Amino acid sequence: MAFDVETVRKDFPILSREVHGVPLVYLDSANSAQKPQVVIDAEADLYANHYANVARAVHTLGSEVTHAYEGARDKVAAFLNAPSRDEIIFTRNITEALNLLAYSLSNASTTIGADRFRIGPGDEIVVTEMEHHSNIVPWQLLAQRTGATFRWIPIDDEGRLVESAIDEVINERTKVVSFVYQSNALGTINPVRRIVERARAVGAISIVDAAQAAPHLPLDVQDLGADFVAFTGHKLYGPTGVGVLWGRYDLLAQLPPFLGGGEMIETVDMSGSTFAAPPHRFEAGTPMIAQAVALGTAVDYVTAIGMHEIREHEKALTAYALDGLQSIDGLRIIGPATPVDRGATISFTLPGIHPHDVAQLLDEEGIAVRAGHHCARPVCVRYGIPATTRASFGVYTTTDEIDALVRGVDKVKEMFTR
Amino acid sequence: MYQEIILDHYKHPQHRGLPDAFDAEVHHVNPTCGDEVTVRVKLADGTIADLGWDGEGCSISQASTSVMSGLVIGKQIDDAMALQDKFLALMQSRGNAELSEADEDELDDAIAFEGVSKYPARIKCALLGWMAMKSAVAEAGWGTSADNGTAKAGETV
Repeated sequence: MAFDVETVRKDFPILSREVHGVPLVYLDSANSAQKPQVVIDAEADLYANHYANVARAVHTLGSEVTHAYEGARDKVAAFLNAPSRDEIIFTRNITEALNLLAYSLSNASTTIGADRFRIGPGDEIVVTEMEHHSNIVPWQLLAQRTGATFRWIPIDDEGRLVESAIDEVINERTKVVSFVYQSNALGTINPVRRIVERARAVGAISIVDAAQAAPHLPLDVQDLGADFVAFTGHKLYGPTGVGVLWGRYDLLAQLPPFLGGGEMIETVDMSGSTFAAPPHRFEAGTPMIAQAVALGTAVDYVTAIGMHEIREHEKALTAYALDGLQSIDGLRIIGPATPVDRGATISFTLPGIHPHDVAQLLDEEGIAVRAGHHCARPVCVRYGIPATTRASFGVYTTTDEIDALVRGVDKVKEMFTR
Repeated sequence: MYQEIILDHYKHPQHRGLPDAFDAEVHHVNPTCGDEVTVRVKLADGTIADLGWDGEGCSISQASTSVMSGLVIGKQIDDAMALQDKFLALMQSRGNAELSEADEDELDDAIAFEGVSKYPARIKCALLGWMAMKSAVAEAGWGTSADNGTAKAGETV
């Protein structure tokens, strides 16, 4: 069936509500996406009809819920084109997924047989200047714990990685390269394969932050070639409280655990314990059962629409919005100003008007945008601005909503300049 | 929430600029908006003899600092602190402030920020300059008790 945004919108109950007496125009999907009724129902249905704890009960409910939870793992594996379902680890969100890796890597330094991951003084950990704080801070902390050096690939004036710096910053000393696929602050889509190939050439582990890519671009971990890929459920029209870490099985099998507890063990003795195989080694304690199951439903939902269809829809919206916003005198796009290699997230500034004022005034028109540094403060520092206003689109966004945004921004400008 | 008075003060801020003669300077930051304000005060004979400020940020923070400056300069310090308390109460009122006519007279242009109290995310913006003023006065040595002599520059509200 051909993509029809009006049909899609009917799936999202919140889109029919009003804010300040006018229809909601939700342009903050990069922050968190709204939920289709099927996702809301999936979580409720699990609690209403099938709930018990996973993996340990022999009774019927325990069996049903385990089937549902592990079924969600299968769905996510298929969504990512992962070679094996055992490569899918459920986490609380992508922040936890990245921290899980960072802590497992430092645990490797004191684990026999995990030499492959040992990091210490003289080694380097590389990110980019456009990362979300969740892909900066865990690596800065890892560098502090291990004595390794923290480095980054700089960005240029248009909001793209400085291509000539990639081969210099990623070098023989590099042990980890963790970088964002699509920037949450700039909208930039990075050349993943180019960076992954360089990382592999120098023997470094490559990690892709796909938080902003998963809802917008077809994701194929085999095609990307990275060692690890992580995303979060709530930006993919799924519930809060669940994220995913995918990793190559041979690497996961050698990595020591991050959290210890129930369900991650093979056997426990007071003199020591041995650990379960992946993915369970990395899922200590009772997991986010209902949320993982509902994430499976969200994956089914976007797959039924088609990730290619979603990408095309959003590409058209992005081009339309870039045109509309750039028709406003003085408005400066922070990030690529053309729809090439960029996603449906547009940051901008207006001279003399603080983004928080822009966002507040747009809210009075029912338009939800985000204002701030978007947890990517180094990006704001790079462009010498305190914050930006950010409009971000999703599967349910319409050109009418973008028209409303452009009208709204015009009105804000008029209010501050008259 | 964006009353004309607020926009006027934002576009034409009063007492903006840092005076050379001062007893204390403080710098306050509102991490949610990234608003910043630096306030310098000079005290004399139990009054705020002079106050100047510089800052950048949203219209609410900058306009509120401008309004505050106009209201406290020349005031007895005790009166300025009492007014600061009144403004703080107004900001914590969630849009349901019960003000006497005397309060309204005293708060003057600061009444325009009443609407801000309905927006929890923005209350700190409106309070930024007022809190900085209070800290600066304390830094300048007003009062001898420990509780108003210990405020540190850079403290956030």
